[in-house]
Amino acid sequence: MLEMPSIDAGLCNGCGLCVEVCTCHAFALVDNVAVVVETEECGFCTDCEMVCPTGAIRCGYEVVFIEYHEQRQIVIE
Amino acid sequence: MTIDIGVLQSVPYFSNLDREELESIRPYVFERSYRKGDLILLEEEEEAEAVYFVVSGAAKAFKTSAEGKEQILCILRAGESFNDVPVFDGGPNPASVTAMTPLTLYGVGKLDVEAILRGHPNVAMNVIRLLAEKVRHFVGMVEDLSFRHVTGRVARLLLKYAGDHQDGGGSTPGPRLTQQDMAAMVGTAREVVGRSLKALEEDGAIKMDRHRIVIADKELLERMSGAVS
Repeated sequence: MLEMPSIDAGLCNGCGLCVEVCTCHAFALVDNVAVVVETEECGFCTDCEMVCPTGAIRCGYEVVFIEYHEQRQIVIE
Repeated sequence: MTIDIGVLQSVPYFSNLDREELESIRPYVFERSYRKGDLILLEEEEEAEAVYFVVSGAAKAFKTSAEGKEQILCILRAGESFNDVPVFDGGPNPASVTAMTPLTLYGVGKLDVEAILRGHPNVAMNVIRLLAEKVRHFVGMVEDLSFRHVTGRVARLLLKYAGDHQDGGGSTPGPRLTQQDMAAMVGTAREVVGRSLKALEEDGAIKMDRHRIVIADKELLERMSGAVS
């Protein structure tokens, strides 16, 4: 499963800024609440988190050492 | 295009004005629209022509160094103003502004701003308060960038976070950190954390791989984390 931004629907005010700022169509408004659309185009730029006025969007990072990262890459391949 | 009184009422510049006052201000206001990505203002451009207020959409105000590095100063959303400083002090724009989304702005020309302030003391008080808030925000940012070695504190946070949750091999990473989380943990603004992460990546201490911050050179990151006042 591709890692995508997450949305707290309870905080979302339906402003739609995330939909407008995203360049890879990873967001949509459904019943006035933003939802994430999984897409490989998402580069995790975090513009959505930056522009969200309510803090509803989280682009959370894992912080790992390179040895862990390289092991995970081998598993994926 | 009809200027919406309801929108004017929501702009902090014009808060606490009654309908009659807003109606008297409306003739001074014009509307402009921009597409996503449009450059609205370029820093150091001469002669500011108007103060602008965001009606819908979002924009970012930023400065660009001679090397092309960008420092975001703030994100501008509905109701917020920009280009105030050059209108009031007559100097060039201190920052550039681009539209992050399709953007609608209301603007008031420089000479008309003066007329409004003279005719409506409440607006003048609102402007003073808003400019004072901006000064406080930017003084804090200057302090962070100049004296607090935020990059070093971010480096230390990354080392601590990775170290707490892994043994350098097969352990599971800990809870996710957003840039906002990091900003709160090191006591700075999200925009400054963004610059710090870019700086650490440019120096080779970390690599940003989508949702993962990879500590590529632990020793370098440790040296950088030691540079804290």
